[in-house]
Amino acid sequence: MSLWEFIATYWPDFLKGTGITAAQFILATMLAIGIALVAGLMKLSHNAVIRGVSVTYIEIFRGTSLLVQLYWIFFVLPLFGVTLDKFTAGFVAVGMNLGAYGAELVRGGIQSVPKGQWEAAYALSMSPAKRMWRIILPQALVNMLPPWGNLLIELLKNTALVSLISVTDLMFVAKQINGSTFLSAQAFGLALIVYYVFARFIVTPFMRWLEGVMRRKLGRA
Amino acid sequence: MEDMSQYPLELTGDDIPMVRFMNVTKRYGKLTVLDRLNLDVATGEMVTVIGPSGSGKTTVLRMLMTLETINEGVIYVDGKPLTHMEKNGTLVPASPKHLRMMRSQIGMCFQHFNLFPHMTALENCMEGPVQVLGMSKAEARKRSEDLLELVGMIEKKDQHPSRLSGGQQQRVAIARALAMRPKVMLFDEVTSALDPEVIGEVTNVIRDLVNKHNLTMLMVTHQMGFAKDISDRICFFFDGSIEEQGAPDALFGNPQRERTQQFLSAVKEAG
Repeated sequence: MSLWEFIATYWPDFLKGTGITAAQFILATMLAIGIALVAGLMKLSHNAVIRGVSVTYIEIFRGTSLLVQLYWIFFVLPLFGVTLDKFTAGFVAVGMNLGAYGAELVRGGIQSVPKGQWEAAYALSMSPAKRMWRIILPQALVNMLPPWGNLLIELLKNTALVSLISVTDLMFVAKQINGSTFLSAQAFGLALIVYYVFARFIVTPFMRWLEGVMRRKLGRA
Repeated sequence: MEDMSQYPLELTGDDIPMVRFMNVTKRYGKLTVLDRLNLDVATGEMVTVIGPSGSGKTTVLRMLMTLETINEGVIYVDGKPLTHMEKNGTLVPASPKHLRMMRSQIGMCFQHFNLFPHMTALENCMEGPVQVLGMSKAEARKRSEDLLELVGMIEKKDQHPSRLSGGQQQRVAIARALAMRPKVMLFDEVTSALDPEVIGEVTNVIRDLVNKHNLTMLMVTHQMGFAKDISDRICFFFDGSIEEQGAPDALFGNPQRERTQQFLSAVKEAG
């Protein structure tokens, strides 16, 4: 069977799987951004306990395998009374893992903002929260957008692991069709193409666009 | 521990200075940058601090902006302690909240302008009034436009700092500081990072402020001619303390101390 015939036959299943992958990607991204922001700010705290919590989090989630974390969240947490359905467990694991990487980007981005910006905001009597939110973070964001682009592509590819806890994403569909038809080259070939197109023609252009918007806001464009 | 009972909880009397440094000492580790500094700045007075680099002159401004903590002594602004606050009848180091409240009376302009790059000139000026003073946007816009007019930057109000020259950025920075209606303005080497041909546009703005507004100002500068023109008093700092101070004519024309003479003649040769 040619790839075209394969697509003509199985496109509805692949479309459904791609939809689930997209949902996993978006939810995991939102979670990762939230976690990265909180953990990144906590890592810059003057309070040693707050800093310690953040460092521990980052160490655990960066230092161990995402697949093991996924299995922990799905299979082990229920033993402690926390039961998540497979869809939720999937994006939570991916989001928490990539959030730990993102935390370092947030920390680095904030530290790359010149000290004079802090001093100017301080001299205007702005509160610490306003200094961060209105003056420092917008500038930090511009500096950290390019590495975030890489991180999100990494995140997209990592969502394929959720098929291992039977989330019916793109990878799961490909495996299922392979199992019933033995058209391995077509099934996994199409999966490769969809992941590539998603990363190359959706995620990357979106991040480029965002960088452009932010640069214009800084008057740099 | 320093005996805090020697410092009044607030200054009283008819003639309280706008700024008073009382026995202020600043150390970095073992290095003493300022040693028991006593300095008063009267309301409406323009005081310029000069001296060789490392003499502690910029530290004086940064302490007053509370960008630097002090190790000993007390700084008063408008009669009230800045670096300290009253607790059970004695002075204790100020809380962040007290510092924020007190320093809103002080405005500062920096050597490198430090305008917010993601905001236009107008937004830079409106930021403090809206976010800190809680002013309405319309009111803050009016105030900011008036100030940009004052510094001659109203035509560029919608430009981002990256589109402005150094002199233009510094003038916006002055407007931004003034928008908070400070009682005291600090100018920290505001012309040092500028090309020679644009220094005049910034010094003219400051000259204007001195002539037309009753602001208390403290300035650190290397522009001796400018300092001489506009200051009420010059303080020459050397090695962490005031070596000599006086009216500009006296200090520049007839310096009494050897170190002042040496410094001024070195500056004259270089200039």
